[in-house]
Amino acid sequence: MSRADDRITSAHGAGGRATARLIDEVFRPRLASTHLDAGADGVWLGDRAVSADAFVVTPWNFPGGALGSLAVHGSVNDLAVVGARARHLTATFVLEEGIAIDALAEQVEAMGDAARRCGVEVVAADTKVVERGHGDGLFVSVTAIGDPISAWRPDHTAISAGDAIVVSGPVADHGVAVMVARGDLSLSVDVRSDSAPVVEQVEALLADVPTVRVLRDPTRGGLATVVNELVVRQGLGAVVREAAVPIRASVRATCELLGLDPLYVACEGRFVAVVAAAQAAAAVAAIDRISGGGAAVIGDVTAGDVVELETHLGGRRRLDVLVGDPLPRIC
Amino acid sequence: MKFLDEYRDADTGRAVLAEIARVAARLPSVKIMEVCGGHTHALHRFGVLDLLPANVEMVHGPGCPVCVVPMGRIDDAIDLAARDGVTMCCYGDLLRVPGNRRNLLDARAAGADVRIVYSPLDALAIAVAEPDREVVFLGIGFETTAPATALTVLEAQRQDVANFSVLCDHVLIVPGLRAILSSPDVRLDGFLGPGHVSTVIGCAPFQFVADEYELPLVVSGFEPLDLLEGLLMVLRQIAEGRHEVENQYRRIVPDDGNPVAMRTIASVFELRDHFEWRGLGTLAHSALAIREDLARFDAERRFDLPGVRIADPRACQCGEVLKGVLRPWECKVFGTACTPETPIGTCMVSSEGACAAAFTYGGKRREVAVRTS
Amino acid sequence: MCLAIPAQITEIGVDHPDLALAEVDGVRRTVNVALVLEDGLVVGDWVLIHVGFAMSIIDEDEARRSLELLKVLGEELA
Repeated sequence: MSRADDRITSAHGAGGRATARLIDEVFRPRLASTHLDAGADGVWLGDRAVSADAFVVTPWNFPGGALGSLAVHGSVNDLAVVGARARHLTATFVLEEGIAIDALAEQVEAMGDAARRCGVEVVAADTKVVERGHGDGLFVSVTAIGDPISAWRPDHTAISAGDAIVVSGPVADHGVAVMVARGDLSLSVDVRSDSAPVVEQVEALLADVPTVRVLRDPTRGGLATVVNELVVRQGLGAVVREAAVPIRASVRATCELLGLDPLYVACEGRFVAVVAAAQAAAAVAAIDRISGGGAAVIGDVTAGDVVELETHLGGRRRLDVLVGDPLPRIC
Repeated sequence: MKFLDEYRDADTGRAVLAEIARVAARLPSVKIMEVCGGHTHALHRFGVLDLLPANVEMVHGPGCPVCVVPMGRIDDAIDLAARDGVTMCCYGDLLRVPGNRRNLLDARAAGADVRIVYSPLDALAIAVAEPDREVVFLGIGFETTAPATALTVLEAQRQDVANFSVLCDHVLIVPGLRAILSSPDVRLDGFLGPGHVSTVIGCAPFQFVADEYELPLVVSGFEPLDLLEGLLMVLRQIAEGRHEVENQYRRIVPDDGNPVAMRTIASVFELRDHFEWRGLGTLAHSALAIREDLARFDAERRFDLPGVRIADPRACQCGEVLKGVLRPWECKVFGTACTPETPIGTCMVSSEGACAAAFTYGGKRREVAVRTS
Repeated sequence: MCLAIPAQITEIGVDHPDLALAEVDGVRRTVNVALVLEDGLVVGDWVLIHVGFAMSIIDEDEARRSLELLKVLGEELA
């Protein structure tokens, strides 16, 4: 293994190539499971779906969300994109010695509120305290269990060249909101995290559009990484049209200022859908009916084996998965 | 975004591209170097390379300050960052730059206090807020960035901040460009000149390119229309047998630069006799150090640093890539041993490094297209 | 090299004569304008921001002129 792989770095948590390699090399071979091999966010065990996810974010409170609600929304969304409605959660809280109990209670409150709004119940919970300096304040690990929304199940093998790629709303809000909320960039930006459950939008989509192939939530690694993961495993490619990707002006301006590409910045209340081209407009309409607008057809699946971006100018270039952790740059 | 979106307009872009094609049709194969790494990144990012005529080849130049920092200097920063009580502040670009054995990200993973800042003023603010820490700002960049570091040092002096210093790796663009031009194996037909450096130094310092080497140079901006117009201006000069320094980026770059910024640089920095550039070797009068009278803000004087010179890795051909002699994918280790995740050479580190841009945005696709057309 | 973007100055003299507030599309940051004060910076000017410093005041007339020229080129070819 090469130098950078000797220890866990932030790149391993960023959701790009380093994350994928960590899973492939360390986890999959040792936890042999056909479900893990499928690489999905949630899995079906008979007529119930299960997902596991852990949540860490600094700061705990950010415009548009908080760690506690994020943990619920993220888990609900992991199940929504495999066609399930979350009903029950278990939560494990890893607490660092020294954190304020009031601040912890605020996050548990946020979790309880979000759970009630999403119609899920936290049915089991555990706490562990780690020594000061051995945890970043608060980790929340959640297992979610859900019921089928409909008879629909994701089918990666149904993805074919010509299919349309739809995104449910503006991208990169969450990542930018959190980065700005950390305060070390001394920026003030009118942006809120998009952290929210997408299950109602998914339900509307599945009801209206019979040709939904797969759904994914573009969290870590962002839109570009998710599009790659969806098509490249099937030996297919994609073209994403830069001008079609919805991005809020303030998010775009922040990214221009910091030299970040919004296509690699995390969302927490969006999903990507691959649908038959003929039903792309119906898909957008179904999502917008619930969300109030913002969904867009952003590209097509192609027969090639790479994902490319068609730029505003009309040129094409590769749109790879995220490599490393996205860092602000000056040059 | 104002002053950005207008310069990304696809219709106007197509018109300029058509004119580029018309001018290029009368020319043999030409090689044009974009000096600036920002141009390299933008040419890839906006898909411009994909749209150029087959006989116009862009060669990526030395203007990536991250790419030219030698490993020994990175090792000095890592060594300093790992010391008790030291907080190392740097731009995000620098974290993945490989030293001899590890980079600043590895150092951070191993416990060093390494923080990303957007501005050197933010590093100074950390020093003020945390007087018990020795806060070191890793100063890097060409003349664009040097005034910011300089003003921050002056502000530290004004506020009499005792725990702030700068580890200075600032370099100058002209010696780097001269090193390329004087290299015997380089064959170029013209240059896109660096737009943002020129906001500080103006256009006159590039006159030697036209006078001594009889090559055209057009100082250009970074948006798609800027890049295309700059290229068109270079191609027209070639077609008309002219070799002049022209300014495409007049809305931002005054011909005589920013005299206040130049005075600020001179008041804080002095020329180093020599400085090692990764891949290009040791170049005389090519870098800045903090002046003697501001020594207390100079991390090199304030701390005892290893200062070990590390030879560039043998497998790495960054030097040839920086000079434009090799295309990134012609390097022996491109895309195999050397990738953006585990870079061997610095051209693979910064997103504006020629190799990282080619790897990420698929430069090879263009190469294949050129070969088969 | 040298990532820089245009932003508009909304206030000059924030705590310090050299500090100003710059804004672009809902993104605000305090920037240092010491390098462009001599050029007659006023509120409403657009400046080029690099690592928290204004490097240059954007010449809006020049910007309009050069863009017009490019558009004319497009119309001639059309």
